[in-house]
Amino acid sequence: MNLQTKLGAKDYASDQEVRWCPGCGDYAILRAVQKTLADNGADPANTVFFSGIGCASRFPYYMETYGFHTIHGRGAAFATGAKLANPDLDAWLVAGDGDSLAIGGNHLLHVLRRNVDIVYLLFNNEIYGLTKGQTSPASRLGTRSPTTPAGSRDEPVRAARFALGASATFVARAVDVQKDLSDILKRAHAHKGTGFVEILQNCIVFNDGVYDKLSNKKLAPDNTLKLVHGEPMIWGAERDKGLVFDIATMSPKAVSLGEGGVDASQLLVHDEHNLTLANMLATLDSIPGMPSPLGVLYSREAETFEARTRMDRAETASVEQKIGQLLNSGHTWAVA
Amino acid sequence: MMDALVPGKPDGMGRERETIESAVVRFAGDSGDGMQITGGQFTLATALSGNDLATFPDFPAEIRAPIGTTFGVSSFQINFGARVVRTAGDQLDVLVAMNPAALIVNLADVKPGALIIVDENAFTVRDIAKAGYAENPLDNGSLDAYRVLRLPITDYTMTAVKSVEGAEVSNKESVRAKNMWALGLILWLFEREKAAVVDWIATKFAKLPDIARINTAALDAGYIYGDVTEMAPEIHPYRVPPAAIPPGIYRNISGSEAVSWGLVAGAHLARLKLAFCSYPITPATNMLHLLTKLGKEFNVTTFQAEDEIAAACAAIGASYAGELGVTGSSGPGVALKTEAIGLAAATELPLVIVNAQRGGPSTGLPTKTEQSDLYQSVWGRNGDTPLVVVASRSPGDCFDTAIEACRLAVKYMTPVILLTDGYLSNASEPWHIPDFSTYEPFPASHAIPADFKPYNRDPETLARPWVVPGTPGGVHRIGGIERKDGSGEISYDADNHQIMTDHRKNKIDGIARDIPDQEVALGPVSGRLAVVGWGSTYGPVNRAVDALIEQGIEASHIHIRHLWPLPRNLGQLLAGFDNILVPEMNTGQLATLLRSEYQCELKSQPKVSGRPFRVSEIVDAARELVEG
Repeated sequence: MNLQTKLGAKDYASDQEVRWCPGCGDYAILRAVQKTLADNGADPANTVFFSGIGCASRFPYYMETYGFHTIHGRGAAFATGAKLANPDLDAWLVAGDGDSLAIGGNHLLHVLRRNVDIVYLLFNNEIYGLTKGQTSPASRLGTRSPTTPAGSRDEPVRAARFALGASATFVARAVDVQKDLSDILKRAHAHKGTGFVEILQNCIVFNDGVYDKLSNKKLAPDNTLKLVHGEPMIWGAERDKGLVFDIATMSPKAVSLGEGGVDASQLLVHDEHNLTLANMLATLDSIPGMPSPLGVLYSREAETFEARTRMDRAETASVEQKIGQLLNSGHTWAVA
Repeated sequence: MMDALVPGKPDGMGRERETIESAVVRFAGDSGDGMQITGGQFTLATALSGNDLATFPDFPAEIRAPIGTTFGVSSFQINFGARVVRTAGDQLDVLVAMNPAALIVNLADVKPGALIIVDENAFTVRDIAKAGYAENPLDNGSLDAYRVLRLPITDYTMTAVKSVEGAEVSNKESVRAKNMWALGLILWLFEREKAAVVDWIATKFAKLPDIARINTAALDAGYIYGDVTEMAPEIHPYRVPPAAIPPGIYRNISGSEAVSWGLVAGAHLARLKLAFCSYPITPATNMLHLLTKLGKEFNVTTFQAEDEIAAACAAIGASYAGELGVTGSSGPGVALKTEAIGLAAATELPLVIVNAQRGGPSTGLPTKTEQSDLYQSVWGRNGDTPLVVVASRSPGDCFDTAIEACRLAVKYMTPVILLTDGYLSNASEPWHIPDFSTYEPFPASHAIPADFKPYNRDPETLARPWVVPGTPGGVHRIGGIERKDGSGEISYDADNHQIMTDHRKNKIDGIARDIPDQEVALGPVSGRLAVVGWGSTYGPVNRAVDALIEQGIEASHIHIRHLWPLPRNLGQLLAGFDNILVPEMNTGQLATLLRSEYQCELKSQPKVSGRPFRVSEIVDAARELVEG
């Protein structure tokens, strides 16, 4: 492709027919990713999408970039190996909640702690779609499914909290249909290290409406907290709710703003670089009445895997000589 | 095997050195007694004296088993001689037993009349009981069939240490030098030079000069004790003349070293960087250590992954991005990698998997050798997933087989399994150092061919083009879902699956044209008996066939290096023999493979004791087969 011409979002779409269910949240994410690449002026020849197995993992086939659809749960390990070989690749990984938190939980843990410079998109629909609707590690308590007819009884994994526990250097959350999803993706991409984004994605067939409170235009304002670095944490259709930290209970507390309420200056101010705050936000919506935080929960600068492992290629002649020396190293003796 | 030849020169006491053709010596003690080091240093001294040799280190899975117990016994065996040596030896001519447990565990392997050297200080009431003896075996006549040299080695060591002026060492450190005292004695016994060991001690303890001094003093004391002490007439020193081995520069090499260096060499010949991705597992871990040490000057990147699966996946990821991805493991780890190996076969990417086999199933016998992963290698994947299998036959041979594995992986865009085993990994042998500049390069290409499609094939090799991400104009997608012939797009089409399955099979089958025809290692190319082996049984099988021929039995040795695909002429070759014996360290896996491929009648000789074959076992089985 001629890179002199600026590519549009559609130029990053491959010629393959997209085969997700009509109405699947993945379409919106695909568009947002293609827009992100276009806005970034990404070179398709240097861009690779890795994936594991699951609905989300078909993603690479729909991108006009390099793509590697691998095996269940292991996408992160393939991406890590590729970056070991070529640290300059612009690598993205797409993995579902089963892929990332069940079979691939170990690899998610380690790609984060290694801080491999990739964008990790976790499409979380809280269900197994491709195998027809079983509970996933992210399913809420009581989720009814073919394998849990009486409702699931295992605690759900909270992806953002897991990521922070794994020493992630960038953690963000977004909703599939969020208008500014592309902005969050750009932030994740610009981050040096693993840009981990949990995208709350609706599965229209097996878990429809699970995020209605966050995606419905009427409900969302009262149920989501848009995080802005340096800004007080305020939400609500009327922008009348705020977050404070209650020292007495050592926990976050929602307060009312305005008349008879708390002044905005009393509120917690979002600081992306504060790990304690990030840990609190990562579990905020597990508290009844609290909103789901969306945006960048946490970011910090740290050495990347690539910076640690980058290795210039040694000259052929020099390696040839080194190997000769190696074979002849240690105690040798001549037999005449 | 201590066959006397001619008298040698006398020692310090004027005793004649009896000249013998070869000897088998085993050092045995607690796993903390330094027996592996002792054996390794004796091996070096022996190699420098010009003998051919083979070694067999044998140690427990526990790093430090409870002191004095039988399961904590660690040993190191060496067979050396004035002739070509191909095995670590069947029976012992000399056993050095540092404690009662080492004696009781190893006695069964000692030849009648052989020399047993014991540290009698270690034969305390408590340790005698711990080893399972009812009474002191040194005093009850139970060793009358042997020549026993009982010495207070610990006391002698302490005396030697005390003579080192100004050395500030603990009692524990002093006692630990007893292995050097024993080594000194054995160096005297076989007329070996101390110099290389002294150099080694100086280097090893460069930062601990007092430790170096006491170890050297113990070594000297042991040597001098032998040289100037009167002993019973049946105990006298030996001389093993140099072997007639081809001229050249030699070194000792272990299988772990040879395979690691072979991988470096293979990647270099392919003009690629090597990405070695692994996860610690006995007995394969050493490769990761050795390759990590080499690093960027050799174009080597190593990666300790979070698990076996990630190690295989990362290696494939590295190959996908244009390096040579290699993963190393042992059977249980390879089992975990299986799905990833299938993906490498499906996406047709180069990958080398080194399997240092160990006793199975499951965790099995981590430190004991076996060759029971042949089924796993050739057949052990879901779907019709052919790949290439190559096996090393000796520590030094690991170098060339590793290069061959790299060559085939790159040329044919396929996973290749290289089978070594616990014995090969740890054992060492003198290695005729090759002139590396004579190795033919096989450069890989990442160039985009005309009319590029990811699954177009080279008409000769059937390999697909290796176009890597980062290449302008080559954008494409690959994956584990069946790919359309040519374009590589997802295809669920039934006819296409048939075509692609055929392509994968034909590609691997076709490699048979690119490997050497099967040769006969020893004996005629047809006749009464073929003994067929693979992997590390090469030594004992070869020696056994040699012995059969000496005994007047017509026999041939066929050693298979390329286990999949098999050499094109193998079926015809086997058909030329009246009897076929297949000794292997499993329950008959090569035998099954050969029967299934050639419908030939053969006799399987299985052995899964965790130890290499004895030559005599194969000779006996062969005689029984041909003589009835």
